[in-house]
Amino acid sequence: MNAEVRTIKTNAEQALAAAFAVAKAKLPGDRKVAALREAAFGRFDALGLPHRRVEEWKYTDLRAIIREARPIAGPPDAASMARAKTAGSLIGDMDARRIVFVNGTFVPELSDLVGLSPGLSVRSMAQALAAGDPLVEANLGKVVPAEREGVVALNTALMCDGAIIHVAKGATVERPIHLVFAATGQTPASVFTRSLVVIEQGARVMLVESHDAAAGHHVNTALEMVVGDNAHVDHIKITAGLSDLIHVSSLMASIGANARLNDFAFNLGGGVVRNQTFIRLDGEGTHAGLRGASLLKDKQHVDSTLVIDHKAGLCQSREVFAAVLDGESRGVFQGKIVVHQHAQKTDARMMTRALLLSDEAEADHKPELEIFADDVQCGHGATSGALNKDLKFYLMARGIPEKEAEALLVQAFVGEAIEGIEHAGLRDALMGQVVVWLQGRED
Amino acid sequence: MPMLEVKNLHVTVDGREILKGVDLTVGKGEVHAIMGPNGSGKSTLSYVLAGKPGYEATEGQVLLDGEDILGMQSDERAAKGIFLAFQYPLEIPGVATMTFLRTALNAQRKKRGEVELSTPEFLKIVREAARRLEIDTDMLRRGVNVGFSGGEKKRNEILQMALLQPRLCVLDETDSGLDIDALKIVSDGVNRLRSPDRSMVVITHYQRLLDHIVPDVVHVLSAGRIVKTGGKELALELEATGYAQFQGEAAAAP
Repeated sequence: MNAEVRTIKTNAEQALAAAFAVAKAKLPGDRKVAALREAAFGRFDALGLPHRRVEEWKYTDLRAIIREARPIAGPPDAASMARAKTAGSLIGDMDARRIVFVNGTFVPELSDLVGLSPGLSVRSMAQALAAGDPLVEANLGKVVPAEREGVVALNTALMCDGAIIHVAKGATVERPIHLVFAATGQTPASVFTRSLVVIEQGARVMLVESHDAAAGHHVNTALEMVVGDNAHVDHIKITAGLSDLIHVSSLMASIGANARLNDFAFNLGGGVVRNQTFIRLDGEGTHAGLRGASLLKDKQHVDSTLVIDHKAGLCQSREVFAAVLDGESRGVFQGKIVVHQHAQKTDARMMTRALLLSDEAEADHKPELEIFADDVQCGHGATSGALNKDLKFYLMARGIPEKEAEALLVQAFVGEAIEGIEHAGLRDALMGQVVVWLQGRED
Repeated sequence: MPMLEVKNLHVTVDGREILKGVDLTVGKGEVHAIMGPNGSGKSTLSYVLAGKPGYEATEGQVLLDGEDILGMQSDERAAKGIFLAFQYPLEIPGVATMTFLRTALNAQRKKRGEVELSTPEFLKIVREAARRLEIDTDMLRRGVNVGFSGGEKKRNEILQMALLQPRLCVLDETDSGLDIDALKIVSDGVNRLRSPDRSMVVITHYQRLLDHIVPDVVHVLSAGRIVKTGGKELALELEATGYAQFQGEAAAAP
């Protein structure tokens, strides 16, 4: 064995250690939670911020990107709360129950908690950590353990608040739940939110997460999700923002048998966005669809990294990701499908496509398959290219001006991924955002 | 003034000269057929008229109503009234045919300073045009040409032509891949569009299309030049003798 090599801590890492030392006494939770935080920070401290020598972070060198750590956000003031009222508007006019978090803190005054449908419970993570909560104790950090993930450890150490959603066995929640995360502080801050969603057997729910942040914020958000047998979950995450944001998000989900997860990530800008998703299929006959669309310009950077772990056989997984890259933006896709030895009859496919609208844009695709079973169907594909010139000519030959022809082709390109959203209203709202983005490009 | 005048047109594609001095004059309301062997430059002529990037005119002029169009983008040419019916219509997944038709029609109207059509007006026109071409309106909800048969794609081209009401129609091998019934539907569609104000350039390899769309003038294009011009009987003559007489070396081969 080599001697342990310890790199010199960066300014940001040192600042995070100092921040944790100060904050830990005030962070919510009893002694058990405090011990959990301490252990998690220890893991983070050993790993440091992920950097390009860590294979999973090869294209998103967080150590280089986070030059200095922002101070941890405090409870929101009145101005922050007022600004949060319009947060999450990208979802359009779909009727959803808003659960609002401002600067990482649950704000009941802005949230809609009236008339929860039977079997649905929604509460604050901070309160649950403080009061002790069996659901949290049973699941927090345990759904899909990601020991090697420094950013998840950092989230565990510094988590301040988030949502706890529980849907009881057999319950159908008709009205979608919209988790609105708004970082609206005037000074750039670090926000650590942590949520837990437990959907029991046969239950059905649609969950939309939107993340808006003001200039310069650093967001580290994590969601653990337990999906029971025969449950049906739609999960849509929307990230939008300016070019100087850093948004790191981790989704960890375990899924039972004969269940359905329909996950979609929509990224409209943002400085550096890392969406990492770890899905474990524990029961047979489950279908997991993971899709995403990103529209980037300037120096924006979105990294979609997924690991889908087929532990049980007879499951289907589908990944469809589309990135439209303009300016000097960069789209990264890393998708890994793992099929365990006994997961026979697995049917797993992933497709990632990038459309480069400028010579300076960059797409990186890294599909990986690790297959230990012998009776499976697995496939992957990756493409990157410019707009099809022949198609553009065909449209222009009919009188459609160049920019409009390009816009039609871009809409068609991302449409394939967006089609995967089952809610028609949300699908239309997001297509509308694509049109707005394209108009912004024309001006 | 003639509708279209092509004067000494030289066109290079990928550094190779394909058209080597084409002269062609098409009067208002006339239908001209351009016939010729494979590789003679027929499709190149159609693309250069429509303004396909990569088809570089190195010499000569193309005048539409006396105005040189070679410097114009394809969409401007379309708004001026040029329409190319593609030999191989492209499939555009994700763009519904209806959206495509409406965007095209309104873009042209806008460019000409005309008001855009309302949805009911537009639907009425499309339904009527589709009915005449025996196109099921359900197909128009699908992506452009996606899942269409060869014949359906060609009918869709003529549908676009009927909607856009161009002044100069260029039909590139519209008969290829059509069975006899489809050929009849397509030709009837084209014939309905014949008018004293509309000219057509019909590019074809075979005479059979010209039984249905009867031309006023027939040209033979060979090795990048128009080598013979005549009346509609020239097409019949070619059917009997083939193109070998125009192909120099090929003619000398046994």
